[in-house]
Amino acid sequence: MNARRLGTPALCALALLAAGIAHAAALTPEQQALHVLNRLGYGPRPGDVAAVVAMGVGRYIEQQLAPERTPEPEQLRQRLAALDTLPMSAAALFDQYGPPAVRPVKDDPEARKAVERRARIITEQAGEARFLRALESPRQLEEVMVDFWFNHFNVYAGKGLDRIWSGNYEREAIRPYVLGRFRDLLGATAKHPAMLFYLDNWRSTAPGIVIGRGNNKAEGLNENYARELMELHTLGVDGGYTQADVVALARILTGWGFNRQLLARGTATPFYFDAQRHDFGDKVFLGRAVSGRGIAEGEWALDVLAAHPATARHVSFQLAQYFVADNPPLGLVDRMARRFLDTQGDMREVLRTLFSSPEFWDAANAGAKFKTPYHYVLSTLRAADVPVANFRPVFGVLAQLGMPLYGCPTPDGYKNTEAAWLNPDAMTRRINFATAVASGRLPLDRVPDPSDDRGMGGAPLQRAAEVPGRGSGSAAPGAVDPELLRRTLGNQFSAKTLDAIASAPPALRAAMILGSPEFMRF
Amino acid sequence: MDRRTFCKTLAGATGITLAPLRRSGWAASAPSGNGKRLVVVMLRGAVDGLSVVVPYGDPSYYRARTAIAIAPPGNAGGALDLDGHFGLHPALAPLLPLWQQGTLAFVHASGSPDATRSHFDAQDYMESGTPGRKSTPDGWMNRLIGVLPGPHAPTTAVSLGAVLPRVLSGPNAVANLPAGPSAVRPAALDRPEVSAAFDRLYAGDDRIATAYQEGRSARREMLSDLAEEMQAADNGGAAPAGFPQEAGRLATLVRRDANLRLAFVSLGGWDTHVNQGGAQGQLANHLRPLGEGLAGLAQGLGPELANTLIVVMSEFGRTVRQNGNGGTDHGHGNAMWVLGGGVAGRRIYGEWPGLADASLYQGRDLAVTTDFRLVLARALERHLRLTDTQVQAVLPGLPAGGQALSGLLTA
Repeated sequence: MNARRLGTPALCALALLAAGIAHAAALTPEQQALHVLNRLGYGPRPGDVAAVVAMGVGRYIEQQLAPERTPEPEQLRQRLAALDTLPMSAAALFDQYGPPAVRPVKDDPEARKAVERRARIITEQAGEARFLRALESPRQLEEVMVDFWFNHFNVYAGKGLDRIWSGNYEREAIRPYVLGRFRDLLGATAKHPAMLFYLDNWRSTAPGIVIGRGNNKAEGLNENYARELMELHTLGVDGGYTQADVVALARILTGWGFNRQLLARGTATPFYFDAQRHDFGDKVFLGRAVSGRGIAEGEWALDVLAAHPATARHVSFQLAQYFVADNPPLGLVDRMARRFLDTQGDMREVLRTLFSSPEFWDAANAGAKFKTPYHYVLSTLRAADVPVANFRPVFGVLAQLGMPLYGCPTPDGYKNTEAAWLNPDAMTRRINFATAVASGRLPLDRVPDPSDDRGMGGAPLQRAAEVPGRGSGSAAPGAVDPELLRRTLGNQFSAKTLDAIASAPPALRAAMILGSPEFMRF
Repeated sequence: MDRRTFCKTLAGATGITLAPLRRSGWAASAPSGNGKRLVVVMLRGAVDGLSVVVPYGDPSYYRARTAIAIAPPGNAGGALDLDGHFGLHPALAPLLPLWQQGTLAFVHASGSPDATRSHFDAQDYMESGTPGRKSTPDGWMNRLIGVLPGPHAPTTAVSLGAVLPRVLSGPNAVANLPAGPSAVRPAALDRPEVSAAFDRLYAGDDRIATAYQEGRSARREMLSDLAEEMQAADNGGAAPAGFPQEAGRLATLVRRDANLRLAFVSLGGWDTHVNQGGAQGQLANHLRPLGEGLAGLAQGLGPELANTLIVVMSEFGRTVRQNGNGGTDHGHGNAMWVLGGGVAGRRIYGEWPGLADASLYQGRDLAVTTDFRLVLARALERHLRLTDTQVQAVLPGLPAGGQALSGLLTA
């Protein structure tokens, strides 16, 4: 972890941070380090706690808020470069894996299935890239914010064309903006074909106009995107808008879509404003008159929504819930919302307010959030420091835990609260996973067989768990060393947990650390 | 062999030890609540209801489907007559005895009031129980767990399949039984030394420890209920995979576990855009194991069938006219299947709108004359004996109506 490159503005910010951290008196330096590693990232890898203690949590936070100053390691870059669908444009993906690739074989069910199977590689590679970065990138906060914003602006890779576009959506519409201005993020998601398809805006047409044929036939207004844009993406459900505003916004956004013919030729930018579909009538949106003038109405509406106090509050509430507590302290939410409005939605500044707040550093909040399956799986692999060549077993586990990557069908994205994830089935599955990782029995080091096309939803955990009938007396090769694991995670365990671990057979101790109540939380 | 010896034998054979149960899963035990169970089978991909319950008395049917219609009863590969107007797909012959006994009925021209022809949206709406509302956070069966009378056990609701479906997602706990052979495959926590260690780690009574303990006992109950089958599988070699096995496993669970009140299973492969086939072919090949499985489930339940209601549904129906590829496209109205205890069967319920051009929804599909929620509401009210308020909590915004369902379920 490198603190040499911090400049003067960052040092000023450090003074601000110090104000909040002063409230962290109840936490030891080691606990403070663990807290930031857990909340701004996916938990410590070996040596991380000591490194953050040495550099100071304030500097660590500043480093995380400026990811552009920390290059991704060469080894990570090389592994990402091997994922060949990753850099493909939405148009190229459409052409090579979408309807143009299906059409020549559409009367042959087997050949058609083969094309569809081939397309699974796209989401799988996107998932692999996401995991590689979350496991190995020193820019941990950037990865955490990718998860936060992807869920905030969720699309679902199980729906039609989003099978081929969800990874591209993350790369082009989410990742570049995670610590930037909210308006830029909002605009990028609004214009990406994955969102336009997912929430049906591409079909939405001014009332009375009929365009297209067959299943592509669009007749009339579709309110889905307009509704979620206000309810989930910006104002929030209590943000003070009415059904009339939903209809007005849907009319404003008619024509925002993508053009299949242009996409198929591979020449177009994915976003396409179709004036033929647009409703040029005058509207009233959020109490303001809008004259019909085409695409500019939509840009104006996004400006209005991005700068709205209800949006500042809604986004701040969600961030505080994600980073601080399931029931976030409302005083903190207010301060973040003010900062949001004062800085025109500069997310770096909003997060700086959050990370320097006494609420964030309150000892009662540290180690109190229940991990989502995503966080649990990532933190397990990081703490155990297992090299992963084969991500399929990991993706299979995530699916079994109810949180498949790119697999949330509803537009509100995955929740991050204890109420959503703590249940009996989840606990036994997490422990089975922890035991498999700790004993080195998940086939993570084997490169997947390319002819195995089960994709990301397979059930490899069971396959891996076939082995353990042998008993736990001897440590398998690849087993995780419990002592190393304890050093990695610092002293966060209760006397009761330590006692239970000490009285268990040595071969089970690493599994018990990873399956402990303390490690379920963060 | 008594239960304890049996468990030991089993442990020796499979490497699994079953802890003695707190409740008696073996002997008959007092059922929790009123002992009524609901099993929902979801056919994902939109099954062609016009091939399941064939309107052979409607000439429009044969005009619309020149190559893939099921012939009238009495012909080679013809439908199995149900009531002189409708017939059953011949691949569903195993269900005919249930029809004749009066435990099977269909609600034709039923479905969602929402017009969507997207599998994704339509399944979502059918599982959330709120057509047209995408933001509903939980599924209707999860809300149902919350209002069921009687004590709640870890296995009150069981989902078959690796991933928790939308219909069962929500705040109430659901036990999960992976599909296929992996269902009873030993997991780490089935090993006694592993479970002993973790039991000690989670001996407390906080939320996380309670969840762990419930998860362990759910697994224990299901494993013990399936013990015989595991042994059979170990001894007898692999049986062919598929729904009949799933259904057999489900029957065992329901019969053995008095706590189990709700179960859900979904089957895919119904999206027959191309080469759907008729009496033989793709669709027939999918219907056959479904029919065998449901018949097996009914038989396996034995006397418990009287307390169990099985509802089969699908997100929407398929176009009345066949397409250019010998298949059918996404449509609207479908048929719901209702089987089991309290069903006044041997009858097609609902209002049949007919297949004449003028009667079709948007000029192409069977119209929906019965909202699927009304059928579910009947099941909740008459079978599970929920109050109006409870039904409203499970199915908010339930429309009025359902006269055409009168008599479907005897209270």
